[in-house]
Amino acid sequence: MSVARFWRKIPQRYNLIGTKCDNCGRYFFPPRTFCPVCRRNGRILEHQFKGTGKVVTYTVIRAASEQFEHFTPYVLAIIQLDEGPRLTAQVACPPDKAEIGMRVKKVFRRIGTDGSSGVIHYGTKFVPE
Amino acid sequence: MVERAGIMTYGAYIPKFRIKIAEIARVWGANAEDIIGGLGVFEKSVPDLDEDTATIAVEAARHALSRRYLEPSEIGAVYVGSESHPYAVKPTACTVGEAIGATPEMTAADYEFACKAGTAGIQTCMGLVMSNIVRYGIAIGSDVAQGAPGDALEYTAAAGGAAFVIGREDPIALIRDTCSFTTDTPDFWRRNGEEYPRHGGRFTGEPGYFRHIQGAALMMLERTGTTAKDYDYAVFHQPNAKFPRRIAQMLGFSKEQIEPGLVVPYLGNTYSGSSMIGLAATLDIAKPKDRIFVASFGSGAGSDAFDIEVTDAIESGVFKRDAAPKVRDLLKDPVYLDYALYARHKGKIVMQG
Ligand SMILES: [Zn+2]
Repeated sequence: MSVARFWRKIPQRYNLIGTKCDNCGRYFFPPRTFCPVCRRNGRILEHQFKGTGKVVTYTVIRAASEQFEHFTPYVLAIIQLDEGPRLTAQVACPPDKAEIGMRVKKVFRRIGTDGSSGVIHYGTKFVPE
Repeated sequence: MVERAGIMTYGAYIPKFRIKIAEIARVWGANAEDIIGGLGVFEKSVPDLDEDTATIAVEAARHALSRRYLEPSEIGAVYVGSESHPYAVKPTACTVGEAIGATPEMTAADYEFACKAGTAGIQTCMGLVMSNIVRYGIAIGSDVAQGAPGDALEYTAAAGGAAFVIGREDPIALIRDTCSFTTDTPDFWRRNGEEYPRHGGRFTGEPGYFRHIQGAALMMLERTGTTAKDYDYAVFHQPNAKFPRRIAQMLGFSKEQIEPGLVVPYLGNTYSGSSMIGLAATLDIAKPKDRIFVASFGSGAGSDAFDIEVTDAIESGVFKRDAAPKVRDLLKDPVYLDYALYARHKGKIVMQG
């Protein structure tokens, strides 16, 4: 990923900043600037997600690309945040401890690095609550 | 009267992995009992594969802010002290500032002074707060400490950190005074571009640790007209369990006074985190009016002493001590690694190549 593309997404990645439609109460992550339900009546506000939720489903990654091979084997999960939206993120726990329905909370971790001299990407992962 | 600065809130973070000192000794064919007996350390913390000084600093800072609501935009200064910043050039403090929502109206810098860079950050925040330049400043000591494989440092070099928010309005503990003792002493160093630090071996204790802590501590006792008996607790830099016990005895502090803050036996030496995690562990159990003596140490060398008095705010509604894990909670239920997994966690296999 380019340095610029990562940099623009820092608020989302570090602090789970998404949006909320104040008209219907739906939450969006990644952030949307338009409510697909309320359309022109939607009122979009910034929202920081609490960072708690549960594992909807997961897979164990045993062979990864060069950027992530340092972390294998690791748990990649679809997580449903308590406010509603789902996102894909790593759960930092041993693969045999991962379970569907498991409660998780956000943590701040290294996501990857561009080799030994490139940028270090930080962001949100999850751990069992 | 000069209005004093104090600790508004604090938080600590320790990775959940440990390696037993006996396991490291086994790999190097050393006598485990001799080493454990000499150091008074049984196991040490190890970072997860994706943890570093920055992630530990962020978790400690977030723990601090979950204990007390402070408007993040009012945090006007962020200082991170460490000897293992992830980048040689690019401040860890900016990553922390962003991750706690304090950017962009803030000043920030990374500090380096071996194991006392975090307490130097507390002093800087005190200056900014007392001169009304910022409302709150946050000082963090965080390290994923490095020791070359097979070197004596490898038995204790650990990972962890603690964050202290400094301010003036209703602090949970008042910092009554601070002073420092500093000289140019080559007891421990790491040259630019080198992977691991080097040290003067047995030389380091007397002219380094003991001389400097004693220098700062005696200066503090004289300035404040106090003796060891006027304090409920004392916290010293803890590279092992022997040094802090001996300096405490030299200064007249009892075993009971240093007990709550002596976390090194099951944590190891977290370098810049060391005395700060010790202070956090002491604040975890402190009551209003308790007085805490703190002296950090950084090779190179220097010591920062603090005279701290806990206020009623620590038990008031504005501060929720249970909203973040206490140091003893962070030490509970560790996951033990053997040396092979430990080497992978520390990236040692890659580094040796
Ligand atoms: Zn809507």
